[in-house]
Amino acid sequence: MVDVAWREAGVSVQGVAERAKVLNKLRTGDIVFHRITKSAAVSVLVVLGGVIVSLLLGALPAFQEFGFGFLTTESWNPVTEKFGALAPIYGTVITSLIAMLIAVPFGLMIAMFLTELCPIWLRRPIGIAIELLAGIPSIIYGIWGLFVFAPFIQQYVQPPVIATFENAPVLSTLFAGPPFGIGILTASLILAIMVLPFITSVSRDVFDAVPPVLKEAAYGLGWTQWEVWRYVVLPFTRIGVIGGVMLGLGRALGETMAVTFVIGNAHRISASLFAPGTTISATIANEFTEAVGDLYTSSLIALGLILFIITFIVLAIARYLLLRINRRIG
Amino acid sequence: MDASLYASRRRRNVIAAVASYAATFVGLTWLALILGVLFWHGFGGLSLRVFTEMTPPPGAVGGLLNAIVGSLIMTGLALLIGAPIGILAGTYMAEYGRHSHLTSIVRFINDILLSAPSIVVGLFIYYVMVRPMGHFSGIAGAVVLSVLVIPVMVRTTEDMLTLVPDTLREAAASIGLPRSLMIRQIAYRAARAGIITGLLLAVARISGETAPLLFTALNNQFFSTDLNAPMSSLPAVIFQFALSPYKDWQDLAWTGALIITLAVLAMSIMARSLTRARKAS
Repeated sequence: MVDVAWREAGVSVQGVAERAKVLNKLRTGDIVFHRITKSAAVSVLVVLGGVIVSLLLGALPAFQEFGFGFLTTESWNPVTEKFGALAPIYGTVITSLIAMLIAVPFGLMIAMFLTELCPIWLRRPIGIAIELLAGIPSIIYGIWGLFVFAPFIQQYVQPPVIATFENAPVLSTLFAGPPFGIGILTASLILAIMVLPFITSVSRDVFDAVPPVLKEAAYGLGWTQWEVWRYVVLPFTRIGVIGGVMLGLGRALGETMAVTFVIGNAHRISASLFAPGTTISATIANEFTEAVGDLYTSSLIALGLILFIITFIVLAIARYLLLRINRRIG
Repeated sequence: MDASLYASRRRRNVIAAVASYAATFVGLTWLALILGVLFWHGFGGLSLRVFTEMTPPPGAVGGLLNAIVGSLIMTGLALLIGAPIGILAGTYMAEYGRHSHLTSIVRFINDILLSAPSIVVGLFIYYVMVRPMGHFSGIAGAVVLSVLVIPVMVRTTEDMLTLVPDTLREAAASIGLPRSLMIRQIAYRAARAGIITGLLLAVARISGETAPLLFTALNNQFFSTDLNAPMSSLPAVIFQFALSPYKDWQDLAWTGALIITLAVLAMSIMARSLTRARKAS
C-alpha cells in the first residue's frame, strides 16, 4: 500500500526530508480530492437551482402578461397571443389520475403475486420482465400506441361503449363523441401501462420487507393468504406503498412522448373521455420548436414551470414517505 | 363453528388469488405484445442499409445512419460530462459526508431530479444554452442528456460505495493510506461492478430520451458531426417519421424503434446480470 501511495505522489523514496515531502503531497491530494467531490455534490443542487431559476425567468413574461388568469383560462390561441394553461393542466391531471386508478390495483395485485403466491424460482424472472416494461423508452409506447393501440380502441372498444351508454345519464357524456381512437382515455391507458412497473417494484420491495414473524403469527391464527395480505402486509407497508404510488404519479404527470402521440393535442376541456385533449408536456413537445414570438415561448416555459412545481410536490411527498418506511425497516 | 363463514373466507381468498394471477398475466402480456409488435413491424426493415445510409426524403429508400451516429455522439458526450460529476458527487456522499447535512439534502434533491420530467430539463438547457447561442446544437443535446445521467450515477455510486465493507477502509487507513487514495484504489475497485451497472442504466435511460432533444439538438436530415449545429438522433427521427403520413418513413420509424428497444433492453439485462454476479459472489 505504501508503494501505491508513493507511486501516486510521484516521488522516489530517499531519506527523511523526502518522506515529509511525500506526506505533504499526499495531504494536498487528499484535500483536493475532498474539495472536488464536495463541489460535485453541490453541483447537483446547482442543477436543480438552475432549473428553477431558468424556468422562473423564462415564464416571467407570460405571467406578467396574463397574471394568475394564466392558470384559469382555457383558450390557447397563438394567433391572437392569448394563452391559458387550464386545458393542459386539466389534461395532465385527469390522464394521470385515470392511469393511477388502473395501475394501482394492477400493480398491487402483481406485487402480491410476486411476494406471496409465486413459486420462488419464478419470482426473479417475472419481476425482471415487469421491470423491463419500465425500461422501454417512452417513444416506443408512443409509436405503439399510435399505430396499434389507438386503432384497436377505435375499432373494438369505443363504438360498443358509446352505444351501451348512449342513454345512461352521466356515462353518456363521459363516453360521448365519435370514436377517434386517440384521446384522453387512450393516453391514460398507455400511461397506466408505463407506471405499472414503478408501482409494482416499489410495493414488492416493501412487501418483502415485512417481518415474516408478523405473517406467520397471522397464519398461525388460521388466516387465509388474502386476509394476511390485506390486514397484515398492507397496513404494515401502507406508507411505502403510498410512496410508490406517488412515485408512479410523478412519472405519469411528466410523461411526454407516449402521451404526445395519442392524446390528440386539442386545447379544450371536454367532458368526454374519448375526446382529444392535451397535457402540459405534450403541448410543450408539440409546439415549442414552432413557437414564434417571445410571449408564445414564454407561455410554454410557464407551462413547464407549472409541471415542474406539480411533479416536485408529488415526488417530494413520495421520497419523504419512502424515506420514512426505510428508516422504520432499517 | 359457522361453516358458511369459512366458505366465504375461502371464496374471497380464491378470488384474490385469481385476481393476482390475472394481473400478472395481463402485465406480462403487455410486455409480450409490445415486443411482438415491434418485431413484427421493425424486423422486416432491418438490413445493412439502415446502418449505412442517411435518412431519406419521403418516397426514397434510405437508412438511419445520421440518426444513429448522432445518438451515439450525444450519448457518449453526455456520459463524459455527466458520469464523472455523478460519480464524484456519489463519492462525497458515501465517503466524506456520509452523515453530513449536505449529503441528505443532495440525496433528496437528487432523488427528485431522478424522476423529474425530462422535458423540464430540456426547457432549462434551452434557456441557458440554445437561447444565448441563438441556434439548436448537438452540444446542447449532449448537455441535456448529461443532466439526466448525473442523478443515476449519483444514486448508484452512493449505494455501491455504501455497500463496500468498512473493514476494507479501516485496513487501508491502518497502514497509513491517505483517504483519497483509499477511495480510488480500494473503494472504487470494490464497487466497480456496481458503478458500471449505473453507467449502463444511465445509457439505457438517455438513449431513448426524445422530448428534451426536440428543443436542444433538434434534428438534422443530413450527416453531421458538428457539435455546433443541429444534430440528428434516433428518437427524434422516430418521432418525426412516425407522425409523418409517408409509409416508408413510418416503416423506418418502426425499425429505429426496434433498434433502440433492443439496445436498451440489452443494457438493462446486462446491468442486472452484473449486479446478480456481485450478489452471488
